[in-house]
Amino acid sequence: MATETDRQQVEKLIDGELGWEELRNDVLPDPKDDQRFEVTRRLLQEDVEWDDPILLPLNDHLYVVGSEQGRIVKCDCGHEFCGVEKNWKEHARVRVREDEDDHREIYPEYQTPHPDWTFQLREWFCPGCFAQLDVDAVPAGYPVLQNFEPDIDTFYEEWLGEKAPDKR
Amino acid sequence: MSIENDKVGEEKLAVTEKLTNGGEIGWDGQSLQSMLAETERLTEETGHYRGLEDLELKEENRFEYERLYSRLRGALVSARETALHVSASPIVREIGELCFQIYTPEGDSIAVSTGIIVHVHTGSLAIKWMIEEDYEHDRGIEPGDVFCNNDNDLGNVHTTDVHTIVPIFHDGELVAWADGVTHEADIGGASQGHTSIVHTSRFEDGIYATCEKIGEGDELYQDWKTRGERSTRTPMYWDLDEKCRLAGCHMIREAVHDIIDDVGAETFKQFTREAVEEGRRTMESRVQERLFPGTYRNSSFVGLPLAEEGWKPEQQKDSLHHLPVEMDINADGTMSLDMEGTSSQGAHSFNAAEGSMTGGLWVSLTQCLLHDGKVNDGSHYALETNFPEGSLTNPDDPQLSFHAPWGTIMPAFQSVWQNVSQAFFSRGFREEVVTGYSETTDTVQGGGTLMESMAQMIPDEVGDYFPVSPFDLSCQGLGASAVRDGLDHGYAMWNPEADMGDVEEWEMVQWGTQYLSRQMKTDSAGHGKYRGGSGWEGVMTVMGTEDCTLYKASIPDVAFSTAGMAGGYPGSTKYAVRAHDTDLADRAREGEPYPTGDTPPGTFEEQIDGDIERTHRGNYFPKEFDNHDVMHFQMGGGPGWGDPLERPLEKVVADVEEEIYSPETVEKVYGVVGEFDEKNRVFEMDRAATEDAREKIRERRAEESVPFEEFFEAERERVQDGDVSDPVAEMYVDAFDISEEFEAEFDEFWDIDRSGF
Repeated sequence: MATETDRQQVEKLIDGELGWEELRNDVLPDPKDDQRFEVTRRLLQEDVEWDDPILLPLNDHLYVVGSEQGRIVKCDCGHEFCGVEKNWKEHARVRVREDEDDHREIYPEYQTPHPDWTFQLREWFCPGCFAQLDVDAVPAGYPVLQNFEPDIDTFYEEWLGEKAPDKR
Repeated sequence: MSIENDKVGEEKLAVTEKLTNGGEIGWDGQSLQSMLAETERLTEETGHYRGLEDLELKEENRFEYERLYSRLRGALVSARETALHVSASPIVREIGELCFQIYTPEGDSIAVSTGIIVHVHTGSLAIKWMIEEDYEHDRGIEPGDVFCNNDNDLGNVHTTDVHTIVPIFHDGELVAWADGVTHEADIGGASQGHTSIVHTSRFEDGIYATCEKIGEGDELYQDWKTRGERSTRTPMYWDLDEKCRLAGCHMIREAVHDIIDDVGAETFKQFTREAVEEGRRTMESRVQERLFPGTYRNSSFVGLPLAEEGWKPEQQKDSLHHLPVEMDINADGTMSLDMEGTSSQGAHSFNAAEGSMTGGLWVSLTQCLLHDGKVNDGSHYALETNFPEGSLTNPDDPQLSFHAPWGTIMPAFQSVWQNVSQAFFSRGFREEVVTGYSETTDTVQGGGTLMESMAQMIPDEVGDYFPVSPFDLSCQGLGASAVRDGLDHGYAMWNPEADMGDVEEWEMVQWGTQYLSRQMKTDSAGHGKYRGGSGWEGVMTVMGTEDCTLYKASIPDVAFSTAGMAGGYPGSTKYAVRAHDTDLADRAREGEPYPTGDTPPGTFEEQIDGDIERTHRGNYFPKEFDNHDVMHFQMGGGPGWGDPLERPLEKVVADVEEEIYSPETVEKVYGVVGEFDEKNRVFEMDRAATEDAREKIRERRAEESVPFEEFFEAERERVQDGDVSDPVAEMYVDAFDISEEFEAEFDEFWDIDRSGF
């Protein structure tokens, strides 16, 4: 099992509070801590205010969790998006920046896409807390990709040798 | 004659006798062709390299095994560090753009030196090609032979990377191949420079060596040397780089002979097999240890705006390249990479041969996943790839230009890095996340001739032609990780030892150019909770020259390559500004200010009078530059990670004080308001105003965003009407033409029978 020191280090890692020396000397080098996934998962679980078991984190706010409706994508604010097999972006809110004026809120003149090329930034927000969950940079008309379809049971059962938390 | 050459002489006699008696140069009486076929069969049948289920040497004599690897890798590194001093080109000598590799007789990489490790697999392809073409019986492969390749279609990354390949024999058998590669300053061709965007076909690229035998008895053929001398603009660099590669290969050969003398040929052979199999196993176990099984998708894009700049009719158009990447991480630890839907090959220099793409794959995986493992072709066997034939990533026409495939490789692998980074994050290794990088572009390239009065001041051997091919591009902004900001102005994806070299070193060889500045490019770093590394900008002028032409290529400029991750933004795009017929000399004489940058954009021309050329696109084709003309160039920032509103306020304050971001930008993006005392570099944040500004940004997100369904309907209507720019519409049409699968997925997503493109 992970020691209390490991746990504190992972906690600081998650919070972005690990200094460069500790990061370089203890965290980045190989071999890696083989308890990392479970320690991380437990710490993240302690940080959220709901009880659905976290199966894996997708980014700073989104998690795949076990729930009464099955495995779903859920925001740390509590907003539930959709089943894990679906694209959570299709259940989010989106702002599209395509005109030069829209891009210029983010970048100076000339440091944006060319105004005649219909190139977009799509900003994806949680409908519950309006955290910015992702940004896509794509030409107009580009489909919204489902960036990640995790194979959860293979991970837990074949790689970790245990049932996923929602099946235990 | 040295002891080593005596050894080669003995080997030559042994091989000649063997061949005279109908023998073969492979192991145990086999030909190289039969060894290659057997290796492929055994690997395919068993899933282990050459069917090696047990690593007997590694298991039974671990110390000996690791010592052998260290000796071999040490020999490669030593060859690199020694041989680079033979070179005179700053690209090789100063920047270290060279690499040495050692391969099995069948052409599988065993170990690689430091340097441009992108070549771990390219020499492999060239050797296998020579074997398949039966060089051993036709052209001949004997001790002391020297081969050369820079043909991308046969095994290379881009045309100005030139390989020297030397077979290593022992007791009449070919035991290994040594391969050295250097990045040339010039190989002839229609335009100057080491990575040209000007070319449209092979016939403009310059010298091509197509797995050519260029010497025997350890000596280069006279006609080959004459060809190099007369076919490049920088014959001295070409000649000394070639000697550098050959010297390094011979050092490696000597080291292999020493190792065999110490441990015996059978142990050496066994070791080389096991090292490749260990590389394969390391890859699989590392995948299971660090990543998360599943399917990952991202797409990259590259704008190539040549409608106004192109020289030839076929290249005079604006194009957007589509580079989709789908990756599967499988239960058994194997991975696959599929680029179905990639844009088709074309009349430009961004065509990337399959070897270029696998090179990009290895240079990526060795940095993010395999940095402490045995980097060799073993990992190649743990990964399946689909680079569609006829696409940018696997052209089927060797007559295309392959001068600047990095324009495809670098953006494509941004998507690979983001896919792998998603896996790192989900697995808990958030410190290993890298959101991408700025592509290594925007260096000024070209060359010129010195005025006679200047030419007389420089050493005779240099001559009066000077190439302009600095490596400013080696220092871009690296993307953020999920625990810290990206590295500022210090990263090149193809060479982890990123080094742009000292200005003084470049000015020593680029006699007619002078740097006026290098400084931070404010507002280039991708925004986020963790920001991308910042880019930088520079200004150069031309002095004491005649006939000086310069050009510049930029990615990204008219479109982003990729975004950031988890709510982070991409780094800014790049652009171009230059001034001709200027008053720089008068300004210098009078002690008046001159341009040291263009921050904010538009200020360059406030410091110089002349004919200003400013374009949103970042490229321009070779233009004549007179003395005191001035050009600006810009290295990009890396993408960010996370919601910018979650960036700690003290970090935003530091960003302003370090000129990473302007006060205007941090107010709009981060909602941080304050007064910047530019002189003392102190930013006084107004906490109350900052709280208000951040709240307003959140409110605007709610007001200005729409539910997905509304977005979908609006965008779908545009797709049906074909209401997008011409380059975007042409990108879709081209992708549909090359991939029915992509078109079907596209139509299914938008729920349409046919788009209006």
